[in-house]
Amino acid sequence: MMLGKEQLEKIHNTLTENLIGSGVKSVILIDTAGNVIASIDNANTALDIYSLAALAAANFGAMSCMAKIVGEDEFSLLFHKGEKENIYFSKVSEDFLLVNIFDNQISLGFLRLKMSKVIEELVAVLVK
Amino acid sequence: MAFINLKDKILQAKIVYYGPGRCGKTTNLEYIYNKCRLQVHSEMVTVKTQGDRTLFFDFFPFDMGKINGYEVKIQLYTVPGQVKYNSTRRLVLKGVDGVVFVADSAAERRDKNVISLRNLEENLALYNKNIYEIPLVIQYNKRDLAKQGVEVLDVETMEKDINSRLKAPSFEASAVEGGNVVLTLKKIIYETMASLEKELKQEQAK
Ligand SMILES: Nc1nc2c(ncn2[C@@H]2O[C@H](COP(=O)(O)OP(=O)(O)OP(=O)(O)O)[C@@H](O)[C@H]2O)c(=O)[nH]1
Ligand SMILES: [Mg+2]
Repeated sequence: MMLGKEQLEKIHNTLTENLIGSGVKSVILIDTAGNVIASIDNANTALDIYSLAALAAANFGAMSCMAKIVGEDEFSLLFHKGEKENIYFSKVSEDFLLVNIFDNQISLGFLRLKMSKVIEELVAVLVK
Repeated sequence: MAFINLKDKILQAKIVYYGPGRCGKTTNLEYIYNKCRLQVHSEMVTVKTQGDRTLFFDFFPFDMGKINGYEVKIQLYTVPGQVKYNSTRRLVLKGVDGVVFVADSAAERRDKNVISLRNLEENLALYNKNIYEIPLVIQYNKRDLAKQGVEVLDVETMEKDINSRLKAPSFEASAVEGGNVVLTLKKIIYETMASLEKELKQEQAK
């Protein structure tokens, strides 16, 4: 898998505009092998993105297997709520996932609204 | 599936340590993590049970520095070796670019090595990968056991059991003492990079 400057800039722009611009602290686009495709954070957040990507890919894979065991294709919403920070995973395509980290100042509903547009734009770049 | 970022010139590849339960996969990664501090810039992630057995995987990214102008990051993983964890083992193998098969030299573990290798072959096949084609290095671990009077298989026997058809590069090692641990890693990184380079050339020729 290889991405060029133009593609990565498009990805960067859509994530920055729609997510970081809406108050998401950190967003990481990963593939299901756990590679980091793109990561953007607001200037105040520095996370160990490679570890996060490895764990997120594994977590997502495990959830998909569990979904199959109970007879679902997949669970559409993967959301982990903490006291201050929350993580929201969304599937972009078979091979890509988006990991959003945000605090309680934005609502999950608002984020989900933004997400459909973001995913559409990402799919246009990533899936040929 | 390695990922190449042409904009920032970063290459990420995934190397997985595979092998039967208790063969020393986690110990390999721990040794590398502690010895190569300058090349590791994150904490080691380990998802394990109370008894120190790997439940899901161990992980850290290993920085190779610049190779041909690209920042190379090797994502190192172990799988859980216990037979019952096959579904998580499969998940860890997803997108793998190179494999180290760690075999246990203790004579009583002989069958376990062979069963685990067969399981690797099956699980790779699920991702349309061929064990004869993927970059692979074999490590005969726990050679130090002989000193403690534990019966150890000789290397010829292990080669015959495991490597007679694969003909992969192989090393005798001791993950607790550190002997050949880094050499094993260097070899699999070299094999993986060579294979990726070949793939890229074929892609470009199309
Ligand atoms: N003598 C000796 N013991 C070793 C060596 N490598 C690992 N061990 C020991 O073997 C035991 C299991 O090692 P681990 O590294 O946890 O094994 P693993 O392959 O990760 O096991 P799972 O996570 O269950 O798959 C530990 O007690 C290690 O100290 C070695 O080279 N020599
Ligand atoms: Mg382990």
